[in-house]
Formats: sequence, structure tokens, C-alpha cells
Amino acid sequence: MSLKSHEDGPIDEVAAGTTVYVYEAPVRLWHWVNALSIVVLAITGYLIASPLPTVPGEANDHFLMGYIRFAHFAAAYIFAIGFLVRIYWAVVGNHHARQLFYLPVTDKVWWEGLFREIRWYMFIEKTPHKYIGHNPLGHFFMFFAITVGGIFMLVTGFALYGEGAQAGTWSHTLFSSWVIPLYGQSQDVHTWHHMVAWGIVVFMILHVYTAIREDIMSRQTMVSAIISGHRTFRE
Amino acid sequence: MSTETFYEVMRRQGISRRSFLKFCSLTAASLGLAPTMAPRIAEAMENKPRTPVIWLHGLECTCCSESFIRSAHPLAKDVVLSMLSLDYDDTLMAAAGHQAEAIIDQIRKKYKGNFILAVEGNPPLNEDGMFCIHGGRPFIEVLKETAADAKAIISWGSCASWGCVQAAKPNPTRATPVHKVIFDKPIIKVPGCPPIAEVMTAVITYMLTFDRIPELDRQGRPKMFYGQRIHDKCYRRPHFDAGQFVENWDDEAARKGYCLYKMGCKGPTTYNACSTVRWNGGVSFPIQSGHGCIGCSEDGFWDKGGFYDRVTDIKQFGVESNADKIGATVAGVAGAAVAAHAAVSALSKARSGESDQSKGGK
Ligand code: HEM
Ligand code: HEM
Ligand code: SF4
Ligand code: SF4
Repeated sequence: MSLKSHEDGPIDEVAAGTTVYVYEAPVRLWHWVNALSIVVLAITGYLIASPLPTVPGEANDHFLMGYIRFAHFAAAYIFAIGFLVRIYWAVVGNHHARQLFYLPVTDKVWWEGLFREIRWYMFIEKTPHKYIGHNPLGHFFMFFAITVGGIFMLVTGFALYGEGAQAGTWSHTLFSSWVIPLYGQSQDVHTWHHMVAWGIVVFMILHVYTAIREDIMSRQTMVSAIISGHRTFRE
Repeated sequence: MSTETFYEVMRRQGISRRSFLKFCSLTAASLGLAPTMAPRIAEAMENKPRTPVIWLHGLECTCCSESFIRSAHPLAKDVVLSMLSLDYDDTLMAAAGHQAEAIIDQIRKKYKGNFILAVEGNPPLNEDGMFCIHGGRPFIEVLKETAADAKAIISWGSCASWGCVQAAKPNPTRATPVHKVIFDKPIIKVPGCPPIAEVMTAVITYMLTFDRIPELDRQGRPKMFYGQRIHDKCYRRPHFDAGQFVENWDDEAARKGYCLYKMGCKGPTTYNACSTVRWNGGVSFPIQSGHGCIGCSEDGFWDKGGFYDRVTDIKQFGVESNADKIGATVAGVAGAAVAAHAAVSALSKARSGESDQSKGGK
């Protein structure tokens, strides 16, 4: 990409109206599949911990809690498989497909960009930098919420799943057998699975707000970038 | 005393051969062994010299002993108890005082490396162990000394296994579970507050007859009794799956016996045999009596806030907090911050738009 002056740093000289192809199709497809699965996971997860009011009638006429848990586990599998496919694409895809999985912590330019972005959000900075891929602040939160948080949810989630599936199943062998003893018991695994779920919800609130705000206020398009893959620079 | 077999001890206790064989098949069944194993148990008990058991009591409430002597198969209780009381259990044996304490020394020497040490309760470590005195000495000393010569250790109940209520925060006496003070012996944890009587007798019978430790899970509990959660075998599970819950102790759902999940039942996170073996000779168990499981066989169950909350407290974040309270608060703050930020953003954009215009655009 000829525009790029620095891997994860900003670009500043770019003619208004320039459009670059940033997010390849698998990244965009994954974004929306992943977003949907997490929304389903968050809602059904909440309902697992705080179930709906009791349904009337005979138990054998209903399977409400069963369906809610099924939806959680189905979405969990979509989330898990999507995550694996996304990792594959990070290997074979372009540079921006890799950003999600690491933070360039040794890169001074990136850190300067991060603080500038924070100042821009505190209304101190008049204009933000322009970035082809993720801006450092977004990058930072995505990494912690989705990469770290997502792996945590996968590990604790499949550990809880393996308890129901019971000893001898792959989820029990791969996850429950060490995650539950690590915490001491299952209750704490539930508690932390629940706590981090809220962390991801907070990320969603901030993410959707900032994506739309950046789309309106920054010097480049955002939402279209994650829909069509093309980012257009204004000014 | 040294060469007697289990069978001889039993006969001496006035148990008929017929009753003895019944005991063997009951034991085989409760251990989940094939019926063909009953004769093997009988054979072992007839021919092997019995393994002595020393039963020590640390900081505890004696609920394990109370449970144990109420074992459903009266036979199992009589048999195992008579075998035990022959050696040492300061709560159950007749001897007392120096005489009694001398028995421990005797057994330790005579059966060095060959007896089983059963521990009920745990040692407190603060103030050099002065919070629990056994025969004039800190319990921790007696425990370490006796354990040094034992073949294996059974940690009875949640006290010996995990610490239990005397170890509740802030744990002023520093009550410490057995596996955190004894490192060089195999330890079999039989948690529960108390453990189920039949589970206790089955575990000890297994060890005495087969001369080996039952298969344990990663946390040191016998798999045959702690391999499944209460929730996996609970007879109210269909109401859970249907979404039918008790919402109040006095509602219609409680009367109908619906699932106690919303009343804080810890069955989904508790590994124990209550929903299969049940209590008091299979009569009932807490959930059958209308109260949720409190998770009494799980590590830390005493420090997780209310027994009646499904989403339990997180101590790290202060006293009365749980994941939902913290999460909803943070999400609420984030939402409010976003709204405020959006308003300021709109204002500043409008203002910069004006100044851009006054400068004739940018
Ligand atoms: C209406 C809803 C959403 C919109 C408009 C939206 C918008 C965007 C945009 C514009 C980007 C690109 C950011 C950039 O160029 O730096 C992005 C990336 C991302 N979004 Fe969303 N998003 C939405 C929902 C979600 C949800 C619910 C999640 C998950 C909790 C999510 C997770 C992510 C992740 C992980 C990335 C990084 C993609 C990658 O590097 O592969 N998004 N989103
Ligand atoms: C971002 C992703 C996820 C979110 C937001 C989420 C959310 C939640 C929440 C809030 C709970 C209730 C916790 C409690 O008991 O207090 C829960 C339970 C659970 N989750 Fe997830 N979860 C996610 C991913 C996963 C994954 C990947 C799995 C893997 C299979 C999974 C499996 C489970 C299981 C087995 C339970 C317990 C169900 C039960 O006790 O009946 N979760 N989840
Ligand atoms: S009563 Fe408790 S153990 Fe039984 S199904 Fe309900 S939550 Fe599970
Ligand atoms: S049902 Fe739960 S709280 Fe009650 S005895 Fe069994 S494990 Fe302990």
C-alpha cells in the first residue's frame, strides 16, 4: 500500500477523496457475524443467570430455559469457529487483518497516536490523525475486549459447557479439567464469565458510539469501511 | 490385634456370615462395582490383615462423625465403626487421657507406613497453632507427626478438604486445609458439610479392602462420588429446562416443587452425590425438602455471599457487589458518558463549523 508511511502509525498527506481498500471481505463478514453472535451471547447469557418469569403448565410442555441455553451454546460455537477462521485470515490476509491480534507496544509512533486520540476525545485536540486501519485507541480497546476478552470467554465458556457435557467429552478434557481446578470451583468461573461479559457489553456501547462519531467527525469514513471495505479520506 | 482380618473382627463383633456377605454386596453396589466384585470384597476381607485407622479431630464441629455414625446400611456403620474404634478416635472411643494418646504412638510405631490417617477438621496455624490443642499440644504438631508415618490421609468434610467456615474471611486463626500443610502423602478429599454417610463408609471400605486409593479427580476427590454435579442428576431438572422456577418461598411454584435456581440453588456448581445417594438412608436431600443446595462440598462456599443469590458476591470489589451490580453500573456510566460526549461533540462540531465559515471554510 503506497499510502502507508508507518505500519500502525497515521498518514497525513493524502488528497481529499482518496479511497483505499482496507478490510478484506472475510474480515468484514467476520465482523458482522461476530457482532451478531456476541449480541446473542450477551442477551442469552444474562437470561441464563437471571431467567425469565416462570412459565405456567406442565414441565413437559416447555423447554424455555433449554432453548435459551441452546441459543447461547449455538452462538458460542459460531463465535468460536468465527474466531478460528479470523485467526487464519490474520495469517493470510493483509496488514489490517492482523491488527486485532497484537498491540504495537514497542512502537513510539503508535503510543503518540494513542495519546493524541485520547486528547481528541477530551476535546483538547482540534483534529485527529488519519489512519488507514484501526486508530490506536480503537485498536487498544478491540485488542483487550475481543482478543483477550474473547479468548477468556471461550476458555471459561467451554469449561462451563464441559461440566454439563461431563468427563470424557472434548470440552471437559480440553477446558473444564483445568479451568475449574484453577479457580477452585465452578461458581467463580460463572462469576468471572459473567463479569467479563459485562466488560464486552461496555466495549460494544463505546465501540458503536465511537464508530458512528468518527464516521461523522473524523477525517475519514468508518462505517462504510467495515461494510464495503473501502475507506475514503475527507479534506 | 496385628494379624486379625476384617472378617474375624466382624465375627467377633457378633456379625453373622450372612450379614457379612450382604455387607460385601452392598459395598460393591455403592461403589458402582459389578456384582461379581462382591465375592472379591468378601475374599479380601476374609484374608487380609486389616489396616488400622487413626481418626484425628482438629478445628471442626463433629458433623462428619455425626453423619458417619448414621450410615444407612447399619451394618456398614457397625463394621467400619468397630474397626475404627479399635484404634483411635478421640470422640468415639472409650479410652481417654494419656492412655488414649499412647494408642496413637503405639499404632504409629507398630504399623509405620501402613495405617490410614483420617482427619476431621483442620489445623489453625496462627499463634503457633494454639487455637486448637490436642492432648496438651497444638493440633498441627500431632497432625504432622502422625501423618509422617501414615500410608495415606483421608480429609473428611469441607474443613479438612477446603477450610470451611472456620477459614472464612478474615480467618483469624488461619485455619488451613490438610493438603496445605501435608505435602508428602496421598490425600483423599471427601468434602461436604458433612459428607454423606454412605460416601464416607464406601470410601473407607474401598481403601481397606482393596488396599488402594479410589480414583481421584484433579482436586483429589473420589471420582465415583464427586464426578457429577447435583444439577446433573437433580429430579427438579425438568423444571429448570422448562423455565419453571420458585420465585418466593411461599409461592405456588414452591408448593409444586419447581426448580430452586432463582432461590440461589448451587446445584449447577456443586460436585456431590446428594441427588443420587441422598441423605438419611436415601430418604431425602436438601432440594427434595424444598431448599436449594448451598454448595457445601465446594471450596469457598462459605465466602460467596448469600446462599439465596444466583449471581454471587465478588469480594474483590467490596462487600455487597456482584457481577450484575458492577456490570450494570459500569455499563450505565458508559452509556451516560457516551450521551454526554455525543452532546459535547455536537456542540463543538457546530461551533467549529461556525468558525470554519467565518474563516471562509477550510
Ligand atoms: C452497529 C454496530 C456496529 C458498527 C457500526 C460497527 C462498526 C465498526 C467499524 C467502523 C469498525 C472498523 C473500525 C476501524 O476502522 O478502526 C469496526 C471494527 C470492529 N468491530 Fe464493530 N461495529 C458494530 C458492532 C460491533 C460489535 C457488536 C462488536 C463486538 C462486540 C464489534 C467488534 C468489532 C471488532 C472486533 C472490530 C475490529 C475488526 C477487525 O480488526 O477485524 N463491532 N466496527
Ligand atoms: C462474548 C461471549 C460470551 C458472553 C457475553 C457470555 C455471557 C454469559 C453469561 C452472562 C452467562 C451467565 C453466567 C452466570 O452463570 O452468572 C453465561 C453462561 C454460560 N456461558 Fe457464556 N458467554 C459468552 C461466551 C460463551 C462461550 C464461547 C461459551 C462456550 C460454550 C459459553 C458457555 C456458557 C455456559 C456453559 C454458561 C453456563 C450455562 C448454565 O449454567 O446453564 N459462553 N454466558
Ligand atoms: S433445584 Fe438446583 S440442582 Fe435442581 S435443577 Fe434446579 S438449580 Fe439444578
Ligand atoms: S445438596 Fe448441596 S449443600 Fe446440601 S448437602 Fe448436598 S452438596 Fe451440601
